[in-house]
Amino acid sequence: MKRNLLIGAVAAAAGMTAAGAASAATLDDVKAKGFVQCGVATGVPGFAYTEASGEWTGFDVAVCRAVAAAIFGDAQAVKFTPTTGKTRFTALASGEIDMLARNTTWTFSRDVDLKFTFVGVNYYDGQGFMVPKALGVTSAKELDGATVCIQTGTTTELNLADYFRINNMSYEPVPIETNAEAQQKYLANACDVYTTDASGLAATRSTFEAPKDHVILPEIISKEPLGPLVRHGDSEWADVVRWAFNAMVIAEELGVTSENVEEMAKGTDNPEINRMLGTEGEYGAMLGLDKNFAVNIIKTVGNYGEVFNEFIGPDTAIGLERGLNAQWTQGGLLYAPPFR
Amino acid sequence: MSDVHAQTVAYVAPSQIPPSPPPARERGAVKWLRANLFSSISNGILTVIAILIIAYALPALVQWAFVDAVWSAGSLSECREIAAARGVEGAFACWAVINERFNQFLFGFYPEELYWRPILTFLLMFAAAAPILFNAIPRKALIGSALFPFVAYWLLWGGPAAPVILAIIGPVVGYVAFRFVEKAMHGDAGATGMVVGALAMVLWWSFVPGLVDAGPALEPVESARMGGFMLALIIGITGIAASLPFGILLALGRKSDLIFIKTLSVIFIEFIRGVPLITLLFVASSVLNYFFPPGTALDLILRVVIMATLFASAYMAEVIRGGLAALPSGQYEAADSLGLDYWKSMRLIILPQALKISIPGIVNTFIGLFKDTTLVSVIGLLDPVGIINPIRADSNWNGIVWEFYVFVGLFFWVFCFGMSRYSMYLERKLATDHR
Repeated sequence: MKRNLLIGAVAAAAGMTAAGAASAATLDDVKAKGFVQCGVATGVPGFAYTEASGEWTGFDVAVCRAVAAAIFGDAQAVKFTPTTGKTRFTALASGEIDMLARNTTWTFSRDVDLKFTFVGVNYYDGQGFMVPKALGVTSAKELDGATVCIQTGTTTELNLADYFRINNMSYEPVPIETNAEAQQKYLANACDVYTTDASGLAATRSTFEAPKDHVILPEIISKEPLGPLVRHGDSEWADVVRWAFNAMVIAEELGVTSENVEEMAKGTDNPEINRMLGTEGEYGAMLGLDKNFAVNIIKTVGNYGEVFNEFIGPDTAIGLERGLNAQWTQGGLLYAPPFR
Repeated sequence: MSDVHAQTVAYVAPSQIPPSPPPARERGAVKWLRANLFSSISNGILTVIAILIIAYALPALVQWAFVDAVWSAGSLSECREIAAARGVEGAFACWAVINERFNQFLFGFYPEELYWRPILTFLLMFAAAAPILFNAIPRKALIGSALFPFVAYWLLWGGPAAPVILAIIGPVVGYVAFRFVEKAMHGDAGATGMVVGALAMVLWWSFVPGLVDAGPALEPVESARMGGFMLALIIGITGIAASLPFGILLALGRKSDLIFIKTLSVIFIEFIRGVPLITLLFVASSVLNYFFPPGTALDLILRVVIMATLFASAYMAEVIRGGLAALPSGQYEAADSLGLDYWKSMRLIILPQALKISIPGIVNTFIGLFKDTTLVSVIGLLDPVGIINPIRADSNWNGIVWEFYVFVGLFFWVFCFGMSRYSMYLERKLATDHR
């Protein structure tokens, strides 16, 4: 027994040293190995998926590519680790990946208890409801007594229970495991309502044979701020990821696009653009990057709006409106700190 | 005498009457039907019900999978347009997605210009397996089989050749160490010699191959790019090939008189069997990382292969122990009375019989392990089941479900059915039972 304790202690000590080593100077490690190891989802429509060529692409993947572009000037200098809902946090905590960009909701316990740093919010999501139009429902408040398809073991399940209780309504849950199963069940009329994040509802609806026969109700019953995250303990690395993402947001706000960034990088009469694109000050060096790191991001990946429109915007099959994800100047929540 | 008869009997048959055919109900299709499908009233009822179910399901299935199916299109909506243009109503299979992503299902994200390497490995696998599976092939070909794992590793992962060649020397080093111990212990090496030999081999593998980087190099391919059926085969075949020897050793260890070896074997078997495979996979994917400094961790596929092998070995050990227990103790005593030492008696008398008895159980474990490889999709490896997810997430194909699983299921069925058939062939070939 004593011996087992000893072995356990050695193992624990080894674990601590390894975790300690993992937190030191991630940026240097990344530069040394020549690529960013980025954790992504194994597949979320619009956010992370593979093309026929085998390349990872999507709205979340673009954050990884932006960080790579900021460090190496090359958006391809990323290696992707597909992570599931179960492996994502250990993969990040153990140092197997340098950052995680996998539609992960920023919550208190993940931030504090799991010891991660969320560097920003790249998509403000929220739980919504989808119903067939034929049902004639126009508001979630009319859903009393409905059967609801719901993914088990997720926060959506708890949100749903809370919402119905607050509004004194009853519902009958139809538990499902995956989004694919939900689609089947919903289309087979096994449930009246399907509830999950609104972006997921939109993506699901876009695959239906007759998307127009289904409506997404206006009520959003939860806050789901999704964003990229890194480990606690290396604030410099967190800054790199945070400002790589912020640069995309600020670029949209200031009208810098992948098309005009070369032109603007020669110098403009807007000092904030000049600071960001490296013609004024030494802001890149403060991060440990080139002074034109933002130029590289915007040139190779695009600004926030461009990326949004490319993967999940109104012109794509997903067809999401900007909504909460519009710039603060447009009535949305995107509000990057000033580049100064 | 015959003359008398010829005169007294009116007719004598000059030859035997040709046999008349059996009655209609005792021959041909009718007999087969009576014997197999309608041997009793309850059987007849079941047959009729089964036929009705098939008649009900099959046309719809064929309609879905073949008649109405769309074989080439660029997206699900295009599939739907094509089907609508042909006047298809209701469900139909959109095989176009398998068509477009076929290579990803086979190889994952392996670089396209290097596809010849996994294909060559696959073909070599059959060449290497043939001498093991069939007796008719000259025994010398087994040397090729022994080299195959190293060649396969080199072909799949690439890199310079020198470390691979050094790795091939590993077993030789182990054997030399074994002989050394044998000599030191005056020809009675036994378990000690094997442990020392194995240790020497592992040490050699851990340190020596990394030293040299010379030799003709293949372009390296990292594990993250491997997926699809290739990954399932890598994990499945390695686990199958390695679990049998480990399982035999564990089974012998569990029956051993040496208390240390016996305890170790029992602890290992009971621990591994008491833990779900998926837990071991999570350990492989997550927990092990904490014990390695970042960047030096073993490759994820390697970790998973090791875990799958350990898992299958524990089951294999119990299957083989069943075979050992089924042998009458007279066999053990006979071996002893011939003056054979432990290893010789095992190799020549006990194991050939015990393994033969265990064949169905062994193949059962193999098939189970091969199907269990799909569990790696839970830890984010893109095996045939795991790779469905990123493909479905492509908005071109989102909404397709059945086609993927039917395709993957078919693949696994082909392989498992093949294994099961081989095991039946082997049982027939080795049948020396007391009939």
